[in-house]
Amino acid sequence: MSEIAAHWNYYLVIILMMLGFYAVIARGNMVKKMVGLNIFQTSVFMLYISVGKINGGTAPILTGDPASVYSNPLPHVLILTAIVVGVATTAVGYALIIRIYESYGTIEDDELAVLIDSDEDACERANTEPA
Amino acid sequence: MENIETLIYLLLGLPLLAAANTLLLARFENLRDGQAVLLGLVTAGCAYALYTSSTPVPETVTLVQIAPQLTLTFTPEPLGMLFALVAGSLWPLATLYTIGYMRGAGEKNHTRFMFFYAIAIHAAMAIALSGNLLTLFVFYEVLTFSTYPLVTHKGTPEAKQAGRIYLGILVTSSVVFLLFGVISVWMLAGTLDFASGGILADRMNPAYVPLLLGLFAFGIGKAALMPLHRWLPAAMVAPTPVSALLHAVAVVKAGVFSMLKISIYIFGIDFLAATNASDWLVWVAAFSILAASIVALSKTNLKARLAYSTISQLGYIVLGAALASPLAASGAALHIATHAAGKITLFFCAGAIYVAHHLSDIRDMDGLGRRMPITFSAFALGALSIIGVPPLAGAWSKLMLMGGAMQSEFLIIIFLLAVSSLLNLVYLGEIVLRAFFKSGAHSEGAMAEAPWACIVPLVVTALMSLGLFFAVDNFVLEFGGK
Amino acid sequence: MMMQHLPILQVILPLLAAPFAALASRRHWAWHLTLVATAGAFAISLLLLATILRTGTPIIYDLGGWPAPIGIVYVIDSASAFVLPVVSGIGFIATLAARHLVIAEIDARDHPLFFAAWLLTLAGMLGQVTTGDAFNIFVFLEISSLSGYALVAMGAGRDRRALPAAFNYLILGTVGATFYVIGLGLLYMLTGTLNLADLSVRLADVENLRPAYVALAFIALGLFLKMALFPLHLWLAPAYSHAPSAVTALMAATATKVSVYVLIRILFGVFGFEFPYMTQAVGGLLLTLGLLGAFVGTFAAIVETDLKRLFAQSSIAQLGYMAIGLGIMTSAGIAASFIHLFNHALMKGALFLALGVIAAQTTHLSLHTIKGAGRQIPMTMTAILLGGLALIGVPLTAGFISKLYLIRALIDSGLWAIAAVTFVSSALALVYVWKIVEHAWFTERPENAPVLTETPGQWAQAWILVLATIGFGIYAGPLVEAAFGAAQVFGPDIIQATQTIEGLQIIEGLEGQE
Repeated sequence: MSEIAAHWNYYLVIILMMLGFYAVIARGNMVKKMVGLNIFQTSVFMLYISVGKINGGTAPILTGDPASVYSNPLPHVLILTAIVVGVATTAVGYALIIRIYESYGTIEDDELAVLIDSDEDACERANTEPA
Repeated sequence: MENIETLIYLLLGLPLLAAANTLLLARFENLRDGQAVLLGLVTAGCAYALYTSSTPVPETVTLVQIAPQLTLTFTPEPLGMLFALVAGSLWPLATLYTIGYMRGAGEKNHTRFMFFYAIAIHAAMAIALSGNLLTLFVFYEVLTFSTYPLVTHKGTPEAKQAGRIYLGILVTSSVVFLLFGVISVWMLAGTLDFASGGILADRMNPAYVPLLLGLFAFGIGKAALMPLHRWLPAAMVAPTPVSALLHAVAVVKAGVFSMLKISIYIFGIDFLAATNASDWLVWVAAFSILAASIVALSKTNLKARLAYSTISQLGYIVLGAALASPLAASGAALHIATHAAGKITLFFCAGAIYVAHHLSDIRDMDGLGRRMPITFSAFALGALSIIGVPPLAGAWSKLMLMGGAMQSEFLIIIFLLAVSSLLNLVYLGEIVLRAFFKSGAHSEGAMAEAPWACIVPLVVTALMSLGLFFAVDNFVLEFGGK
Repeated sequence: MMMQHLPILQVILPLLAAPFAALASRRHWAWHLTLVATAGAFAISLLLLATILRTGTPIIYDLGGWPAPIGIVYVIDSASAFVLPVVSGIGFIATLAARHLVIAEIDARDHPLFFAAWLLTLAGMLGQVTTGDAFNIFVFLEISSLSGYALVAMGAGRDRRALPAAFNYLILGTVGATFYVIGLGLLYMLTGTLNLADLSVRLADVENLRPAYVALAFIALGLFLKMALFPLHLWLAPAYSHAPSAVTALMAATATKVSVYVLIRILFGVFGFEFPYMTQAVGGLLLTLGLLGAFVGTFAAIVETDLKRLFAQSSIAQLGYMAIGLGIMTSAGIAASFIHLFNHALMKGALFLALGVIAAQTTHLSLHTIKGAGRQIPMTMTAILLGGLALIGVPLTAGFISKLYLIRALIDSGLWAIAAVTFVSSALALVYVWKIVEHAWFTERPENAPVLTETPGQWAQAWILVLATIGFGIYAGPLVEAAFGAAQVFGPDIIQATQTIEGLQIIEGLEGQE
């Protein structure tokens, strides 16, 4: 029990990660997929941040007191970068969703698959029946 | 010494030059074709000069180093020079014949055809003179790919299908087995250079020798050893000059030549004999000889019958390699030359019959001999040489193969060769008999031979078969041995 | 002065050129700027390669003057110097071709943005190769991927299927990159460092390796996704086939290769041959998936009629061969993968650039489109033929060299059966290449089919790569040496010494008798 309590942050991260991953895989709606992707990424951010945190540690600012305990700033900084990357990914993703909606009129995976198939058929016809 | 090197460059370069000229002179038909024949004659001269030059030390020309230990090297040795001579001297004749045939039969795309024909000869020359296994493999593949457009030349669905079978069998077998064999030799011996006496003796466990030999025997699909023979009959849809090229000059000969060269200069005859590694191949080759002869009997299409005859005859050469005795190897080498002269005559005749009368079925040829006396006389000579009747060249090589079988104590093989000769007599003799002694739809009428460009080559090659019998001394090679 | 800053310039040059390209008011300016930047990057990578080949010692560049492991370092060693010219060279040649391809396929207003994304993607790839910092790899990975998604989506102007393809690519790409970050986080927890060299040193001292196994699994999985290793390859074919032709050429030739390189760096540079389970689990997995991928990709290509997708499927097979090379777990195997990485970039670049010439003229690029095209556009079709021959591995092409060294490495390690199966799958490439040959040369062009045209300006770029393919097939010595040098970075081969092949045993046995 104490094992679990000591590592509660990891369990949280894993639960979050699986939730997000499930949404990415199982949801047919592209917006929901993106939301899932965000949750998935966030879980990783949490992993890094919680790893850097030390109980009782302060912000890493030089105080002149050799006894003061800092949290490790590096993972936090890394995650700043990763958040920026995540935001960019989200932006590109939603931009694509908008464009998909504009050209196909749907953002549901299964409906889209039908439309893509009909596109393929159109190509096939154009190829086998000379214009 | 200088001149040997020059000759090597000439032999490799002249066909390429002819190919380049073909493209450049595409618009001037006569000039385009004339230069090919002319360059062919020069090539033949060079091949003869190389063959007759007696060099105690083999001269080596390294063209390029591909990677560490891997070079494109050319080293003439007796067997290779013989093959170069065969290919080189038949090339101008085949080219001349091609001109007559292509114009006579109204085929299209002459330039493409002549171009790839020349490239194929280049590849055959390179295989003949190759100084190591890599060079041999590289040009073996070049030969396959350069003959594909020839096989598929007509562009019909059947031609494409034949092209698929041709390429499918040849490339797959060579990539899967032959290349595997080449790399294995490289790993085992640390070198790929051909050396008299072989390079594998003492380098590998004798137990694995049959396996490695198998990689080569079935990797060299061009040798058409059963069951890898399917491509050869399939390729019969091609124009007849291609069949001549495939059967006599370049492709199959390159196959059996490679087989012979590998067993002599990579394995070494003594090593094969000592390990009995090639015994199984003797039986496979024997089966190939007999089975193909029997199939040939059942074919009524002239070219198909000749194709199976070729498969059977190639079996002789593989057999010679597998018997692993000096006499058998010499016989096999000689058989490359004698069969080339004989079979090219037969194919030239088949093509001439097609050009003049558009006939390809044997049953329609009754009495045709009276209208095409020259063609069928030549055919008879070629057939007799293949059967092995003196005074035609084929007699010698068969005799030597039998002697080789005796040396290796495969007495049953001697009996088998005799049976095979009998079968040859039946399936080739039938054609001659029908043409001269039966009367049929075509027996009446004036003489109607094919154009002269078709007739001259077939007469020359028929006379070659005759001449070879008397000059055979010059073409018997000695391969070490005990 | 400049010379010592080359490692950073390699990345910075295209990175800085990108915003300027985006701002270019005339569309040709964007292209010219891109051309100059990619030419510069190519020149820099050649200089770096020359320096490494001459001196043999790695160049370590401390970013901002902070030495490792505190600062981020850029490391140019035999391995990264080998891959850099591949990426930047293909980038340069693809840029040359991009001029006519982009004019034909992309709306004029979007050209500046297109070239900005193009430069970013290149900068990202070059960054992944140069950097010596594991997290920095992730950042560059995302830079190249994000701009890559945008580039793929730009195919929507002609083919709206590019949009869903780009979206799926984005989802899977991001999942892959996130897996990589998870693994990296675990490694950081164990070692407290992100510097690749430092990681490998500190990992050796770690006592409880279990988190490292998980890290290895996550990182490998993430990179398998990015390099499109079977069965994580499904994003690749749609993305490549609906993207603009120039993008397909660039990405097919470089994007997956860079991921292979990163995988090599992490697997062998950080974990090393001796890491527990490396040979059995990771090696076995790579061999198995590589072989499966080789067959699945080849069979998919055989039944495909859309030409871009056909060659995309063939890429999956070719990546399978690279995975096999890595799975051997010897430096000979890694060298074989490096050789194939180089050669495959040349072949696929040539093929897709040549396909671009046709794609720019027709809406659908299928076998039907090229019926009888051999006479109308001989140079383009010959380029495709030669590229195809190289894919099969015909001698005198670069593909043959790849195959030779891959098989040799397999046999060296006693993996005879896998060598045999690899032979079979490589021979199958003949089938799909030959479908094209039959359609292009041995079929009459339908009478109502549109007339295809070509100009030297269109096919020249593809031919540069075709000639390189043949050149490196005939004269491969320097390439082979450089590849073996690159593989040497990851340490001597431990495995090879312990494994014996039957041939060697036989030799020893015979020596014993004498």
